[in-house]
Amino acid sequence: MLTRTVFRPRILNFNRLLHSSSRINRQLFDPSTVERVSEDVDVCIVGAGPAGLSTAIRLKQLEQKLGKEFRVVVLEKGAEVGSHILSGAVIEPRALDELLPDWALRDDHPLTQSATSSHMRFLTKSLSIPIPHPPQMSNQGNYIVSLSRFAAWLGNIAEEMGVEVYPGFAGAGVVYADDGSVAGVRTNEVGLDRLGCMKESFEPGMEFRAKVTLIAEGAHGSIAKELIQNFDLRRNSDPQTYGIGLKEVWRVDPTQYRPGEVVHTMGWPLDFRTYGGGWVYHMADGLVSLGLVIGLDYANPYLSPYKEFQRMKHHPYFAQLLSGNSTRVAYGGRSLNEGGLQSVPQLYFPGGALVGCSAGFVNIAKIKGTHNAMKSGMLAAEAAAAVLSQDSSSGPADMSKYETALKNSWVWSDLNEVRNLRESFNTPLGIWGGIMYSGIDSLLLKGRTPWTFRNRARLTDAQHTQPAYRFRPINYPPPQPPLSTDLLTSLTLTGTNHAEEQPVHLRVRKDGIEDTTLRKLHVQRNVSEYAGLLQRACPAGVYEYIEDETAADGWNGHKLVINSQNCIHCKLCDIKVPTQDITWTVPEGGGGPKYSEYLLLIVSAGMVHLILSLSSHYLTVYDSAV
Amino acid sequence: MRPSAVRLLNILVPIKRAVDYAVKIRVNPEQTGIDLNVKHSMNPFDEIAVEEAVRIRERLKDAVKSIKVVTIGPPKSAETLRTALAMGADSAVHVEILESAPAPEPLGVAKALKALIERQKEGVDVVIMGKQAIDDDAGQTGQMLAGLMGWSQATFASKVEVDPEQKIANITREIDGGLEELRCKLPVIITTDLRQVHLLNEPRYASLPNIMKAKKKPVEKLTAAELGVDLTPRLETIKVTEPLKRVGGGKVANVDELLTKLKEAGVTGKRA
Repeated sequence: MLTRTVFRPRILNFNRLLHSSSRINRQLFDPSTVERVSEDVDVCIVGAGPAGLSTAIRLKQLEQKLGKEFRVVVLEKGAEVGSHILSGAVIEPRALDELLPDWALRDDHPLTQSATSSHMRFLTKSLSIPIPHPPQMSNQGNYIVSLSRFAAWLGNIAEEMGVEVYPGFAGAGVVYADDGSVAGVRTNEVGLDRLGCMKESFEPGMEFRAKVTLIAEGAHGSIAKELIQNFDLRRNSDPQTYGIGLKEVWRVDPTQYRPGEVVHTMGWPLDFRTYGGGWVYHMADGLVSLGLVIGLDYANPYLSPYKEFQRMKHHPYFAQLLSGNSTRVAYGGRSLNEGGLQSVPQLYFPGGALVGCSAGFVNIAKIKGTHNAMKSGMLAAEAAAAVLSQDSSSGPADMSKYETALKNSWVWSDLNEVRNLRESFNTPLGIWGGIMYSGIDSLLLKGRTPWTFRNRARLTDAQHTQPAYRFRPINYPPPQPPLSTDLLTSLTLTGTNHAEEQPVHLRVRKDGIEDTTLRKLHVQRNVSEYAGLLQRACPAGVYEYIEDETAADGWNGHKLVINSQNCIHCKLCDIKVPTQDITWTVPEGGGGPKYSEYLLLIVSAGMVHLILSLSSHYLTVYDSAV
Repeated sequence: MRPSAVRLLNILVPIKRAVDYAVKIRVNPEQTGIDLNVKHSMNPFDEIAVEEAVRIRERLKDAVKSIKVVTIGPPKSAETLRTALAMGADSAVHVEILESAPAPEPLGVAKALKALIERQKEGVDVVIMGKQAIDDDAGQTGQMLAGLMGWSQATFASKVEVDPEQKIANITREIDGGLEELRCKLPVIITTDLRQVHLLNEPRYASLPNIMKAKKKPVEKLTAAELGVDLTPRLETIKVTEPLKRVGGGKVANVDELLTKLKEAGVTGKRA
């Protein structure tokens, strides 16, 4: 063995400059000329949540019944199944009982904590007054679960049955056939830099051509938004309205732990004009899920959902719950549907359909949507199986039978019973009007009324926002650890991260236009009229309106900074921005939050992690430490 | 006339499923180790090894006959093998151990790899693996394997060039104070260092088409008993604790105060 020792001084960045694909040589990615790998499947489902996975499982069950084989692919943008789903959650097992009647016999099922009691409390600044709750909120027979773990469990079952589940790959766009129908979806490109140029690791997204495409992206999905627009699916329904749910999970002191207890609160810290309420669910293993939902039709642009949540925890009721030997183990946020029956769009389009929260089946009185989401998935699977069993050459898949089946199912009657409750909060009487009406309707009438409150003016949540001059800034107290913390500290608990060098996935784009003029207009209107609403509203600190005299795309010395790496995929910005010019698009798959049952174990080392993940900075630091 | 047959290269890449680098680890309540109920993924050094094997094939083309990955681990390690197959390996071997079994130690792993290599009918020419695993930081397996096999070894490699015709490999190693160039006769054991990322490669994304193809690639399942190897650990971990929390220091105003504090702490002085 010959040895030749050569001593070379260690030049830290030298080799990176030499060998990584030089920026100057990178080409701009052109979506119109790219060649994509294409794969044919029977059914492609976007989103591995309860709805998407129930669809997949039902399809595999029908294979045996119909004597046919279906190739089913499920795409999921989270790094693992369950990473991007967040909810309270108390689930009604009605759909699960239908889908997997023997679920209780499986030894790994996550429904280990039954809901044992339900309470409702009205909070004032210092008191918490027990009040009666609508009968829909009694949780007899329901379970308190981590929806993240529930989805992961369904994902395993789906894979066992032969469904191809691909976490880490986002459904980025629709593949259209020549006749304008939906022929499938394509996944996201990987390996584009911030300017959209192709790095050495570039791989174009691939296409899944499917006979039936089902969109199960959850509330305000990005592909669902495009399809609803393109096929005018809302022509006969009201716009969807949303709430933002902010959640934390705490390991509480054993003296404060009452397993199975379900509590909902109304009132403080929200004012009477703002819809919303808190929750406390005592889950299994000494963990408590708590949070605050705020209707996104709030008018005051100075409202900060995150800060409202933090100050709610200082209320004596919460302060006591979280006293003693307690630790916060998780934080997260996600939008949820509140529109109910009136906001359900047409569910089918040529080539596919919408299932789950992408359509919007949350029962706002029960504050539950998982059972309806799963049932919608199962019905869609049945309709899809029927379509696939027919002669395949007769044009794009017609999923209209799915909508008919849904309207004849218990999902519809479930939503019908509570259809007027949410709208009853939208009067000048605010929550008082809502509570009064809802009390009568839910207790006595149970929705058996000849009237249905509609949003005739088609006002969206964004349009409900009023200019800042009508309000005074809200004086939120500063964070007081351990009960309340600042936003960025909480954010580390989501485990969110996105690979560094990739295009910003939050686009300032409206009606297909994306340019500097639009950006300047965005900054102008948001800063001057709405006091920079997004900066206060985003639960991940993505948006900042900062002072910068030199910015080319700014206005009056202000500019918009988008810290897209912080994004937790909650979709609040797309919904609430008053100028409606933020379009949420999928980042590279595998990024985003990493919600799980025990979030603390997936905590990344704070913001430093964002730098550690790929880049050579870490390695240069590592080198010099050696 | 045919030239002396150039044997096509068979590359073996041992990989390990370890705790993901981004996870914030905690000591388990029994104080016997860390809480393993966290995200796991392929050891980053092994990712580089797989990438390097694929790059060697890209350079030498048909001269590389096969790239085989192997892992010794519980059933979940199969996912790690699939990732490696998606990155470009041809086939995989999974030496399955029980979920509850203790993690194998470097000597056990090296012996298992030796047994595996000896089972390969076509032989193995290059073994390329990560220099250490990020969960135990042992950094011993490659060297032990070379010792057991009596093969040449080049550890902490930052640059690898294989010449199948001459049956040698030119390898640049990272050493204290600089770089060392070695010429090794095949067969050789190479362990990859992190810095390879810069000099040679950034591990590629496993693209979805490759992940789908990987599902069809063969995975051979074996047990330690079939290899004739005993993986029982020889070391017993007595206790694992977190480092003591740093207690704040105090500032002293002058030398006299310093002396007082030192005396209080029980430090005595001696006249030199």
